[in-house]
Amino acid sequence: MSRHLAIVPALNEAGSIAQIVTEIRRHAAGFDVLVVDDGSVDNTAAVAAAAGARVLRMPFNVGIGGAVQCGYLYARDNGYTVAVQVDGDGQHDPRDIPRLLAALEEEPGVEMATGSRFVGEQGGYRPSPPRRIGMRLFAGLVSLITGQKLTDATSGFRMSARRGIELFARDYPPDYPEVEAILLLHAHRLRVREVAVEMRPRTSGRSTIARGVQVYYMAKVLLAVLVGLLRRRPTADGDRS
Amino acid sequence: MTAFALVLAGAKAPPTYQRVAVIAIAVLVLVVAVELVRRRRLLERYALLWLIAAAGLFLLGVWQGLLTTLATDVGVRSAPNALFALGFVFVVGLLLSVTLVISRLTEQNKQLAQRLALLDDRLAELERERAGR
Repeated sequence: MSRHLAIVPALNEAGSIAQIVTEIRRHAAGFDVLVVDDGSVDNTAAVAAAAGARVLRMPFNVGIGGAVQCGYLYARDNGYTVAVQVDGDGQHDPRDIPRLLAALEEEPGVEMATGSRFVGEQGGYRPSPPRRIGMRLFAGLVSLITGQKLTDATSGFRMSARRGIELFARDYPPDYPEVEAILLLHAHRLRVREVAVEMRPRTSGRSTIARGVQVYYMAKVLLAVLVGLLRRRPTADGDRS
Repeated sequence: MTAFALVLAGAKAPPTYQRVAVIAIAVLVLVVAVELVRRRRLLERYALLWLIAAAGLFLLGVWQGLLTTLATDVGVRSAPNALFALGFVFVVGLLLSVTLVISRLTEQNKQLAQRLALLDDRLAELERERAGR
């Protein structure tokens, strides 16, 4: 019995969360929808629940990494075999979920499928030049470390199977987790595959990576990546607590 | 008059009023640390650091020539510079330990928040089941 879960982290997304929940239920019917409300001050949780999602409410804002990890804990504890992360701001198109699932299931050994904005023909996604440079840098760095060609290491649209769920439930970066999550999988010898997706302009809210913190983002992720290389990770089957 | 006497005494021993000041500061640190522990505002575990600092300061004030001996031993010509270096090392060490504590608390805080959210959800689920029965 395979159970599928869509994890939607949301912070003050009352304006768009209902639409996303509805879209996931329509286009990825096999997925249960879990909205993780990371300390919203609007009625995100109530709106999401009314739209048919299960809602986890963080008692206060713990940051994107902690919220998403809570989703993985839920998935682990409730026996889900596949979990996909979908942003609550409308950037990720739920219509792509079945394609991510196909990519995950058709090739054995692939533990995570990520939606890449740069595979195949360029869609409508046009990041600002500094952001573009950062994305290129991280994609290059991750490709170098994993020895696998990846075009988009900073995509938050990702689906993982059971071992990935267990891994992320135990160990997940607290902020700006995308790049580190890929390397974490790599350290456990689990493979990642990219699927071409188009990102839509967000329908509400703002990027968590505002202009002023871009430099901090780069420095933090670089530090995490480089220090991560020095760290001995247990394999996903090993125990650690 | 006093200043003149000090100059006559030479630069070897630190002036008495300076030593008194150092001892006073040491006692102040001690009193503040103990008082904070008494009011349960500071944990004993962290007060220990401050008590050690106060003890060190007190020792330097009372033990004439200790600082000068220490300074010359490590090749620092001026005793005040050695004192500054010592103080700086202490403060940096303290800052490091504080950031370590904050990091640990942040991690524990996150885990608590996650457990709470999950338990909250389970409780709501159980209540729904009970109501529906």
